[in-house]
Amino acid sequence: MERNTFFPVVLLFLIFGNAIAGIVEVCPSCTINSIKKGVAVAKEYDTVLVKKGTYYEYNIYVDKPLTLKGHNYPIIDGQKKGEIIKITSDHVTIDGLFIINVGVSYTTDFAAIRVTKSENFTIQNVVLEKLFFGIYLEKSSHGKVYHNKIIGEAKDEYNSGNGIQLWYSHYVDVSHNHVQGTRDGIYLEFSDNITITKNTSTKNLRYGLHFMFSDNDVYTQNTFEENGAGVAVMFSRNIDMINNTFKKNWGTSAYGLLLKEINDAEIQNNTFSENTVAISIEGSNRITYQDNDFIKNGWAIRVIGACYTNLFTGNNFMHNSFDVSYNSKLNDNEFRSNYWSNYTGYDLDKDGIGDVPYRPVKLFSYIANKTPETIILLRSLFMDIIDFSEKVSPVFTPDNLKDAQPLMKKRL
Amino acid sequence: MGKVLKYSFYDLIRSRWSYIYFFFYLALGFVLLFLNNDLSKAVITLMNIIIVLVPLIGTIFGTMYYYNSKEFTELLLAQPIKRSHIFLGQYFGVAGSLSLSLALGLGIPFAAYGLLKSNAIFDFALLLVVGIFLTLIFTALAFNIAIHNENKIKGFGYAVLLWLFMAVIYDGIFLLSLIIFEEYPLDTFSMIATALNPIDLSRTLILLKLDISALLGYTGAVFKKFFGTQIGFWASMLVLVLWNAIPIFLLKYKSSRKDF
Repeated sequence: MERNTFFPVVLLFLIFGNAIAGIVEVCPSCTINSIKKGVAVAKEYDTVLVKKGTYYEYNIYVDKPLTLKGHNYPIIDGQKKGEIIKITSDHVTIDGLFIINVGVSYTTDFAAIRVTKSENFTIQNVVLEKLFFGIYLEKSSHGKVYHNKIIGEAKDEYNSGNGIQLWYSHYVDVSHNHVQGTRDGIYLEFSDNITITKNTSTKNLRYGLHFMFSDNDVYTQNTFEENGAGVAVMFSRNIDMINNTFKKNWGTSAYGLLLKEINDAEIQNNTFSENTVAISIEGSNRITYQDNDFIKNGWAIRVIGACYTNLFTGNNFMHNSFDVSYNSKLNDNEFRSNYWSNYTGYDLDKDGIGDVPYRPVKLFSYIANKTPETIILLRSLFMDIIDFSEKVSPVFTPDNLKDAQPLMKKRL
Repeated sequence: MGKVLKYSFYDLIRSRWSYIYFFFYLALGFVLLFLNNDLSKAVITLMNIIIVLVPLIGTIFGTMYYYNSKEFTELLLAQPIKRSHIFLGQYFGVAGSLSLSLALGLGIPFAAYGLLKSNAIFDFALLLVVGIFLTLIFTALAFNIAIHNENKIKGFGYAVLLWLFMAVIYDGIFLLSLIIFEEYPLDTFSMIATALNPIDLSRTLILLKLDISALLGYTGAVFKKFFGTQIGFWASMLVLVLWNAIPIFLLKYKSSRKDF
């Protein structure tokens, strides 16, 4: 009985709701021929429908709950004069706009779309080109940044901005975006409980994704390719990194994933291929590295210092120049049941686990860590010989840094 | 000199060892490219083999040839031919045939796998140039050792020792000095130490051209700043030429004074 009355009420509400939310049309030949006018005319919860055309506008302030929707991707050209859209109200949706020519400044962070102190916003299907900062969320929470395409032309770090930036923003869902050619693809600062899913971040000058002082965030199923460095996670806690791909972040100071002062994180099911350093770890504790694939990297794991109680298990280490590099004799991290393509041991009882432990730290990588100049002897016969002798009887590398149960076959 | 060179050269390219050497590189090239169709990756693997094997074969083959053709040399010495022509002719005969085996043995498989259309052609060309230089250098050193030692066993011993020193021991000393003096700025030192050993120089020259140079990090960047430029490249070529010219000159000098 209750169910029967509930449905018509919802239906009625929907019809009624639609009736009060009006539509304001904006087109170059209409009476309302600019978005600014459209926003001014619109009432709360209206939809401003922007028709196809080019609008030369900047500093558009959205200060009431609105839906700003583009039809066939209208172009908003800021003529490099400043910020383009600024949202200061809750419940704003921006949908289907093509925004170009954001102003570049050395003193102000001009953004294509800035959301300030607002909640429940949605920014979707937006294309940004020739930008400084792309989507900039400051002190704005409970929003969604979905399916946007951001294509920058950043050349130098000092005069370029970030694709998507979150500053003191919480509970935001960033998904299905494509960011390329900016300084940091996605940048989080003091932002907690953020979900980042299925984004692609490529060819950015600095990092594909960058965390600073942000806790309890999750990023899954993203691809980070050919960035200055893939992902940098710094000074943050409880970050889950699952099912991501880190690819071709290659260069003298490039890496797939950089962890600095990170505690209690989960790194699972990621693929790291062809990075100079797949994971560089510094001062990071209690992290579980599980079921990741490290393929053809220069260094798979590079431990710089002060890392305790980390566990590496079920990973595939395949064809890396160096599997693990370690700079101290002290080891408190555990390697257990990984597959190492360089493992040459045997398995007499056929239980799939090698009978002799594998030592992932080569003497050369140990030496190169202490005296970086020695790396110039890479691929020399002498190095191969001493690596071999160290493998047979370890003297310099930490004695307990070994995988006692190396897998004979790689984890599928 | 031309006649002696021609004779030595034809004698050698008809010999079994030249063919074995040639087919070894041919097989190596094909197998590498068959297993891994990537030309630039194959260049790295080849480099590893070339910088070790080419000097070894050069030294061993050079001394062996000198000792084996000693009677013939003495016969030639009785003829009115300039001494320098006899020895340099023989030297270039050996070095030329070894270089030919190397160039053809590697060139054929790479050409068959589409080298000419690939970007790896410059890396490969550098690899061949370096390989030929190493052949010339180590054969010249081998001839010097042989001409100074009448005793075959001693000569071979020194030749192998020379190879061992250049390929392995030198790097060991280099490494130790880097570790001992790690408090000091070592960039210039390591650059000079690299340039002084033709094997190290060849390795560095090729590595810097390849993607793998990113692994060299800061040191690599310093090296690239020098070796990556025109001047650096020609300077290192000059070092290789010097490594070649000095033993040839010594060979000529010794041969004109030696009492047979």
